[in-house]
Amino acid sequence: CFTSSPPPPPKKLCDMVVNTIHWFRKGLRLHDNPSLRDSIRGADSLRCVYILDPWFAGSSNVGINRWRFLLHCLEDLDNSLRKLNSRLYVIRGQPTDVFPRLFKEWQINRLSYEYDSEPFGKERDAAIQKLACEAGVEVMVQVSHTLYNLVKIIELNDGHPPLTYKRFQALINRMDAVELPAETITLEVIRNCATPISEDHDDKFGVPSLEELGKFLFLFFIRFETEGLTTAIWPGGETEALMRLERHLERKAWVANFERPRMNANSLLASPTGLSPYLRFGCLSCRLFYFRLTDLYRKVKKNNSPPLSLYGQLLWREFFYTTATNNSCFDKMEGNPVCVQIPWDRNPEALAKWAEGQTGFPWIDAIMTQLRQEGWIHHLARHAVACFLTRGDLWISWEEGMKVFEELLIDVDWSVNAGSWMWLSCSSFFQQFFHCYCPVGFGRRTDPNGDYIRRYLPILRGFPAKYIYDPWNAPEEVQKAAKCIIGVHYPKPMVNHAEASRVNIERMKQIYQQLSSYRGLGLLATVPVHINNGGNGKRVDAGTRQGSAGSCETPSIQEGMSSAGT
Amino acid sequence: MKRMKGGEEDSNSSPSNSPSEACKKVRKQTGEESEAVVASGSLDSDWARLPQELLLHIFQYLPLLDRAYASQVCRRWNQAFHMPELWRCFEFELNQPASSYLKATHPDLIKQIIKRHSNHLQYVSFKVDSSTESAEAACDILSQLVNCSLKTLGLISTARPSFMEVPKSHFISALTVVFVNSKSLSSLKIDDTPVDDPSLKVLVANNSDTLKLLKMSSCPHVSPAGILCVADQCHGLRELALNYHLLSDELLLALSSEKHVHLEHLRIDVVSENPGQHFHTIKKSSWDAMVRHSPKFNLVMYFFLYEDEFGPFFNEEIPVTHLYFGRSVSKEVLGRVGLHCPRLVELVVCANGLRPLDEELIRIAKHCTQLSAIGLGECEVSCSAFVEFVKMCGRRLSQLSIMEEVLIPDHKYSLDEIHWEVSKHLGRVWFPDMMPTW
Repeated sequence: CFTSSPPPPPKKLCDMVVNTIHWFRKGLRLHDNPSLRDSIRGADSLRCVYILDPWFAGSSNVGINRWRFLLHCLEDLDNSLRKLNSRLYVIRGQPTDVFPRLFKEWQINRLSYEYDSEPFGKERDAAIQKLACEAGVEVMVQVSHTLYNLVKIIELNDGHPPLTYKRFQALINRMDAVELPAETITLEVIRNCATPISEDHDDKFGVPSLEELGKFLFLFFIRFETEGLTTAIWPGGETEALMRLERHLERKAWVANFERPRMNANSLLASPTGLSPYLRFGCLSCRLFYFRLTDLYRKVKKNNSPPLSLYGQLLWREFFYTTATNNSCFDKMEGNPVCVQIPWDRNPEALAKWAEGQTGFPWIDAIMTQLRQEGWIHHLARHAVACFLTRGDLWISWEEGMKVFEELLIDVDWSVNAGSWMWLSCSSFFQQFFHCYCPVGFGRRTDPNGDYIRRYLPILRGFPAKYIYDPWNAPEEVQKAAKCIIGVHYPKPMVNHAEASRVNIERMKQIYQQLSSYRGLGLLATVPVHINNGGNGKRVDAGTRQGSAGSCETPSIQEGMSSAGT
Repeated sequence: MKRMKGGEEDSNSSPSNSPSEACKKVRKQTGEESEAVVASGSLDSDWARLPQELLLHIFQYLPLLDRAYASQVCRRWNQAFHMPELWRCFEFELNQPASSYLKATHPDLIKQIIKRHSNHLQYVSFKVDSSTESAEAACDILSQLVNCSLKTLGLISTARPSFMEVPKSHFISALTVVFVNSKSLSSLKIDDTPVDDPSLKVLVANNSDTLKLLKMSSCPHVSPAGILCVADQCHGLRELALNYHLLSDELLLALSSEKHVHLEHLRIDVVSENPGQHFHTIKKSSWDAMVRHSPKFNLVMYFFLYEDEFGPFFNEEIPVTHLYFGRSVSKEVLGRVGLHCPRLVELVVCANGLRPLDEELIRIAKHCTQLSAIGLGECEVSCSAFVEFVKMCGRRLSQLSIMEEVLIPDHKYSLDEIHWEVSKHLGRVWFPDMMPTW
């Protein structure tokens, strides 16, 4: 009772009535939704369902901006379905409880959903498939959240997920072309399929408001504060997503430049053409974006073969989904085969200062403030704060940072968040660790005038550009004139960056030297080169780097140094 | 990527008996009994009768925990577990649950080691987390190693330098126990500790003949005179790591004196405590003496300075081989590096700022003919200049780690074309380093 790729034949094999449910999780859209399209074919009734499951992995760590975005998406979906004489059914509970009930009540014999590649998603879906089978319900699943079928990418790599982005790119070059987006669900497509909407639909199945949602989640000890909430900078929904796509492409065409844009002060602010949250929730199909980009490039550059770098944003996302899909420990250090075991410090107070934007470094604090207020920060800003928390300054575990991002960011999900944090903390993927983002210099070079700081940290508005990134160095008169005494109105810097980075680079070097067994003096050669095609980093080639005097201590200091008491 | 266990290196350091010899012994010993054993159907007694050398060899492959389990099997295996050869090396891991995710060496095991094996220990290291408690525990253990004749001692902080939080006297007295009792210390790693001049004197008084390696970066209580004493007396010193404030002309001359062996490597950390700090200069003649005395020595320098503190540096020729700039360094300074660092092997620049380093890189390619590794973080280089640089260096560049954002496309090369050009000149496939974007 399980079909995957080929769509069902348009003719009904018998005169059986087909009642179908389409289960929205991500893929919150009507364009390029092949599983929904398949579901509709030959069906007599359609109900589109979204299940609000407070128990689902990570639900307890969702911040208000993400909930709000989700609700906007659901409202938008409901509105679009209304135009097709249908509605969205929002149901609270766990899928394993909800579905058997619905199968019976609505006499369902078909269920469709978009494939979810994440380990917890696969687990949840396996359970539902079993229930469906038992209830005689046909299940239709299609890949449409990623450009490719990730299983095929892994197959191409001898059954192992690629561990470097370069390897991943090489595999992508060998994959078959990306499948075209499925046709949008229109009145025409849905014409033979009805939705029996009841009068009390809004009460029973309507999209909750933020307050109603808050009340519901409160029962599960999930709470958020709706007071003082500002207007959403990122309005959710497919309609908004498609509008943004047009604007995004317009801007690209106008600039006629597909290179990575240079970072400037403006890039830090939320952009009206930003697409990442819409990709994450599936309001925008990644395949649609892919093909629109390709078309535009071909038109503007009069060139038929766009480089891989054109799809950078999409491919990074794809890479992390691929590396995560078979690894349920992907979001942890311990027990994670792709993660370097680093002796991070456990320091809840330091973590809290970072999370709350109280580090005393205006650049870091402004970024964390924007993150908390708006739910999105530029990727270079993410690099800056992630580096500061982990290998740069605080030496705190990336898992902690990941949890904070999970709560506050609206555009990452499990795979992308964990993968990015491992990358940025140099815990995986064979990264060089020498480049440390300075919490003063990096910001200053990006936005010399300091407008970003003044915008998100109004307390520092009075500081001139010269001191706004390191106000603790400002002479007393300047601080007085700014009406902000460091240590009183704004915290002193919580670390000495020079000292911290010195210590930390030494730590990283120690760890990597142990890993690669490199005994030389080079910093770059300390990081092992991943030569293996697909392996999980076991075969590590330290290489014989330029001869430098190794340590004269006996190598036996390493022998027998196996973890005591582990 | 798991931390690699010591398994691979074990095989290099097995004791006198080779495995095949030991095996022959077993076969000989049990040869006559084998028939009887087969007849009785029980092979248990054989396992207990394995010769100690064989057990030792096998046990050396086992991680400590497995070895400990094995030691519970029977008396002979327990005896083998306690053989001195298995206790030559030990790494004490001292972590508190409140400050670390890592497990710690079991306190009972520590007690046992001190009781039964302290006189077997030769190569010891302490890995401590960021809590003062862990560092103090390390000091306590050190104080009890009275019967130890250590060859190697390493005090390693895995997070914040917690040895600095221990009361200085407590630390010094613990360390002194080792210095006095060991008398044949060859390698000492005491970075980020409150070691001071008097304790260095004790070290020297007892271990001057054997000391080969001394790593003491960021030891604020040591003065240039203190380290000079070490250099004067320890003529076998081959590796030294310290902070710039301890470096002096006298020190370099002492290390180049006739009595002194060739120095293999000198690591210097230049760290700014306060902005606008002044650093002293080292005379070119002192560096020249070093190079004359130890022509192959490596000079590793890690700079953590503000941009405007580089005044005293790179104005004259300096024999640096490995250079790391941990903070932003100016274009001008990099220009001076190109002129004055002919022995440069590796250059790693964390950040520079937004002016292209084209000329500076070309100059480095020209003058630093030994350069084989370069890493550029937050910098800017035009694609053409970069290709020129790679062309000039050619295949000697075994490490080329350039962040993607560094390369600025120009009329000659786009980002997509550049990696082919560079790969061509390097003789291998090359890509810049990437960071996730989304």
